Amino acid sequence: MLDDFMVRAALAGLGVALAAAPLGCFVVWRRMAYFGDATSHAAILGVALALALDVPVFGGVLVIALAMALALTVLTGRGVGSDALLGVFAHAALALGLVAVSFVPTVRVDLMGYLVGDILAVSSGDLVVIWTGAVLASALIAWRWSALLSATLSPDLAQAAGLNPRREHLVLTLALAVTVAVAIKVVGALLIAALLIIPAAAARPLARTPEAMAVAAMAIGAGSALGGLMLSFALDTPTGPTIVSLAAAVFCVTQVMQTVHG
Amino acid sequence: MSALLETRGLSLGYGGQLVMRDVNLSVMRGEIVTIVGPNGSGKSSLIRACIGALKPAKGQITRMSGLKIGYVPQTLAIDSTLPLTVARFLGLPRRISARRAEAVLAEAGVPGLGNRQMRDLSGGQFQRVLLARALLDAPDLLVLDEPTQGLDQPGSAAFYQQIENVRQQTGCAVLMVSHDLHVVMAASDRVLCVNGHICCEGTPEIVASAPEYRALFGTGTRGALALYRHEHSHSHGPACEDDHGHDHGHHGNEAAE
Repeated sequence: MLDDFMVRAALAGLGVALAAAPLGCFVVWRRMAYFGDATSHAAILGVALALALDVPVFGGVLVIALAMALALTVLTGRGVGSDALLGVFAHAALALGLVAVSFVPTVRVDLMGYLVGDILAVSSGDLVVIWTGAVLASALIAWRWSALLSATLSPDLAQAAGLNPRREHLVLTLALAVTVAVAIKVVGALLIAALLIIPAAAARPLARTPEAMAVAAMAIGAGSALGGLMLSFALDTPTGPTIVSLAAAVFCVTQVMQTVHG
Repeated sequence: MSALLETRGLSLGYGGQLVMRDVNLSVMRGEIVTIVGPNGSGKSSLIRACIGALKPAKGQITRMSGLKIGYVPQTLAIDSTLPLTVARFLGLPRRISARRAEAVLAEAGVPGLGNRQMRDLSGGQFQRVLLARALLDAPDLLVLDEPTQGLDQPGSAAFYQQIENVRQQTGCAVLMVSHDLHVVMAASDRVLCVNGHICCEGTPEIVASAPEYRALFGTGTRGALALYRHEHSHSHGPACEDDHGHDHGHHGNEAAE
């Protein structure tokens, strides 16, 4: 069954979408959209590094994404004007990554593949990496769910309840880096943040509790991944962008529903 | 009897700039201690240090081992993207049953709110839900940071009455910051007047007559809210200077234990 590239693509898309959705909820709740952007854009730098050092792309991306996320945590924690700062990092990381990739002499790099993903080229080996990472990131979020939620609501309240908000933020950072590393093959560095944020934002009007929002985001993400895959096959469009476009369409629908219902 | 919470030579600051220096404070079981002071006097920083959210720049904080703190923050900004029912909020970070949620809401004077969204509550309801959450774990010490901000006079009077009820029912100590001076004077066992340091400390009567307090808040306590003009380098009067000397062996609190 795994011989069929469409089945592999579907499984890869599902894995990433399911892992990204609950994480994406926290990105939305904590207003970390730019943070997610910067971290995922840094993935291109990771690709360049991995190709230059001849190590697996997954590893290179994981290391760089983690380094980026940690650096941002330290910098924004010191109260440097974070909105502009994150914007600078997000775009500088992308530009620097593209420059760095152009220096890699050995392979003619398929840049588009890393920018918008190449889900149809997912191998069985990729699938193992993707699902391992996705399960790891999801397990981390599930394990720390209540603590993360408390720290998100109010760091002081969490602290008074005996939790450590900084540690919870690190948990989130780690899960984010892992997700970025497994998602680059599926939607590419440019659109990873979209896969985090859009399903979560689309799920908001449907939910009355945080858990319901996470589940709805997972459903929307998974639906967009599968639907986008089929659509891109039928219309001969790039798959990653098609998946994100479909998620954006769902976002529009739920927003309109909310407006209509008041 | 040892204190629930005690600070020794505590100084607090952000990025090298001290907002509070050399605070010796202790809270005994069952007493209500209120911190008053003008804006920017370091009240909230002191509260945050007591709950462990702000690391001391100098000095130390000792908490009784196993001390359970219930914290009611000044405000809680809930992002519009975060759906949260009252019942779910009460179950953070530890899940509770729906029945328990209902019971504690009733205890805090707001029964039947469990299924409402936090963002849809009125100011008074919101503060009581925060109080309900703080009471869940049967805390030894209730810490409140200007809990009645945004409430009208009857609203805050009712809220403070609720806190007094809670103290009587559970025997927990209360440490709070307040702007409502006349309420403070009526409801507190001990008042700390702070402005970058502890200016004076004692029973409400002693503090109200202290020159430091009058310099900060004027002579009439009735309706006299914070005056923003005050001198930083005032001298301490003898009535208030011995705040470290009398070592908290005061009032009938020990007898009550």
